[in-house]
Amino acid sequence: MDESKTHIISALVLHKPGVLQRVAGLFTRRGYNIENITVGTSEQENLARMTIIAKGDEKVLEQVTKQLNKLIDVIKVRDLDPEITVKRELCLIKVHTSTEKNRSEIIQYANIFRGRIIDVSPETLTIEITGSPEKIEALIDLVRTFGIKEVARTGPTAISRGNKTI
Amino acid sequence: MKGGEAIIKSLMDQGVETVFGYPGGVLLPLYDVLYDSDLRHILVRHEQCAAHAADGFARASGKVGVCIGTSGPGATNLITGIATAYMDSSPVLAIAGQVATGLIGNDAFQEVDTIGITMPITKHNYQAMKAEEIPGMIRSAFYIASTGRNGPVVIDLPKNVQEEEFEYELAKDIELPGYKPTMKGHPLQVKKAAKMIMNSKKPVILAGGGIILSGASKELLKFANMIHAPVTTSLMGKGSIPEDDPLSLGMLGMHGRKTSNLIIDDCDCLISIGCRFSDRTTGSITEFAKNAKIVHIDVDPAEIGKNVDVDVPIVGDAKRILNDLINVVGKAKDENKNHSDWLKHVIDFKNTCMPRLSFDDIPLKPQQVIKELSEAIDQDTIVTTDVGQNQMWMAHYFTSRNPRKFISSGGLGTMGFGFPAAMGAKIAMPDNDVVAVCGDGGFLMVCQDLATVKEYDIPVVICVLDNRRLGMVSQWQKLFYNKRMSYTDLGQSPDFVKLAESFGISAERVEKPGEMYETVKKAIRSDEPYLIDVIIDPDEILPMVPAGCGLTEIVGEYKVERETPGEILYKPMGTNKGGE
Ligand SMILES: Cc1ncc(C[n+]2csc(CCOP(=O)(O)OP(=O)(O)O)c2C)c(N)n1
Repeated sequence: MDESKTHIISALVLHKPGVLQRVAGLFTRRGYNIENITVGTSEQENLARMTIIAKGDEKVLEQVTKQLNKLIDVIKVRDLDPEITVKRELCLIKVHTSTEKNRSEIIQYANIFRGRIIDVSPETLTIEITGSPEKIEALIDLVRTFGIKEVARTGPTAISRGNKTI
Repeated sequence: MKGGEAIIKSLMDQGVETVFGYPGGVLLPLYDVLYDSDLRHILVRHEQCAAHAADGFARASGKVGVCIGTSGPGATNLITGIATAYMDSSPVLAIAGQVATGLIGNDAFQEVDTIGITMPITKHNYQAMKAEEIPGMIRSAFYIASTGRNGPVVIDLPKNVQEEEFEYELAKDIELPGYKPTMKGHPLQVKKAAKMIMNSKKPVILAGGGIILSGASKELLKFANMIHAPVTTSLMGKGSIPEDDPLSLGMLGMHGRKTSNLIIDDCDCLISIGCRFSDRTTGSITEFAKNAKIVHIDVDPAEIGKNVDVDVPIVGDAKRILNDLINVVGKAKDENKNHSDWLKHVIDFKNTCMPRLSFDDIPLKPQQVIKELSEAIDQDTIVTTDVGQNQMWMAHYFTSRNPRKFISSGGLGTMGFGFPAAMGAKIAMPDNDVVAVCGDGGFLMVCQDLATVKEYDIPVVICVLDNRRLGMVSQWQKLFYNKRMSYTDLGQSPDFVKLAESFGISAERVEKPGEMYETVKKAIRSDEPYLIDVIIDPDEILPMVPAGCGLTEIVGEYKVERETPGEILYKPMGTNKGGE
């Protein structure tokens, strides 16, 4: 299990009911762990793009990809090379703000991370931030001391650099 | 046209003549159309039998078998049969009724999530939400079930969709952008494989069910002869090569022939065709064919490298790839493809351990029963088996000569499969005799369908190998659980002869050598359904490779035909050099 690497699998699937269940079910059934899965529309009508983050060694990954390819509703599957892949995630963090000082400190941190404040209440600030999962982790760690009330993350979605497509 | 009519019309457009089914509330509209349609419907007595019969139909004929069950319990009763077909890559279409679309998700009466339940046991499944989807859906379902690696497809059919009126249009071309099975093998891989085979000294072919599904038996035999390779098979591959051919070694694996299990260990090049290396076939995977380079030919790319690491994979249809190999190897110089010393060595060994079949014991030995059965039937007879010792005895001792003539539940190992599968096979191939060999336990699971074969006059011969035990499980208890026979004794009921007779089916008990032959002959001649209750020795066991052990670690002594007793030792030929 030590050699297990995190893989980013990008899949183009038919945009219809049940596809997510087919894909997720396949992973559970074959004993492969999904760390994260995102689904959304793609550039093509009727097709959705799924980005799956999964851990496993090469052999496991090869099986997953082949099994995914066998699903009739899956059009294409590609294991994205992390070297040439951009991976982004959106995260919303609601932070507790007891004092004015805390408030400005939090806003500063958000700025440094190119985040935005999207909601303010007397007791809370909500930060919106996008970026790599590592960057998001870093910001969450920083504001944790102030008291995080809620975190909502989309999980990463990914795309290859350059003119490469799947 | 109504949705229900569209179902029947689309099925008939696909060439379907017979379906197996059982009605229910949500299927009333469909059954109302069936009432005066030309499509023949066989009313089974349990939906599981509808699914197994459709599967048996498919395995015997190569055509898609169709079964129907109502929503909820009807659909769940089909499940075992669908899973059985899935594990053995059998083309089955199962149509399940569903509650009206407006009720779905409300826990309505007899509602069950058929799509969710069947997702992991089907090649694909569909829910028809509008009647207009039906013609295309049925067409795609047939295409998916019967191409690439075959498998079952489910259509979930809500009640209101069967009633909905729509303008019937001939289904357009099938649009399945995500489904393009690879049929043609990559020429470079074919060349590589040919080279590896020609460089080897001791090639062996392992033929799986893929040979039968692809109709590649002739090509298999031709290729094997060309390279002088002996051929062993998986359970699913039984019948892919005539088992009385000198090249045939018989089945491999946990209950395989001694020759096969030992030769696999010695060979230096294993050519596996349409076999998925199931644990029952390979034994311990680290020990399996450990001296061999492996060529793996399979239509399903996901099978490559799944269980066994291979040296040369070729994805594609077995028949096409065998033809390609025959072309490439055929052009090579004779000395390169000549392995006749090896073949002679293997055949000599095989001849020292041919199984002994004749026994005059009472109670009857299964070997003797199978011998008499073999003598009583002709080559075109389709034999189905149930699961358990009966299945393994048949696999081990019965000589199968033709593809699609030995039908058995391999992957799922479903007790209760043999009899309904025979029923389906007989419907598919009315000119062939059909014999089901079952255990008493397994047959009792599906015996209610004696009513079906009686009512529709489906002349199958059912041989119950009656040991009053769950034989296979008790064999394991005997060998591996200190003879603690926990709940494997079936007691004295029923009387199978009386049971059959209560359905109006002729039946006879067989207890002594010679009787089986006569009774089978008589049963086949009667051209009616017939049950033979064969009282066999409950203590007879088949040697086996314990689960997780290497194929050479056999427990129990093979009974073989030869003059002097003693252990048969195998001497490997030459040194074990790699293939390349
Ligand atoms: C539906 C089902 N339940 C349980 C089993 C486990 N099992 C495998 S073989 C066997 C015994 C079968 O007994 P019987 O049908 O009498 O056949 P025999 O082994 O005696 O030939 C059992 C219980 C199974 N394969 N299928």
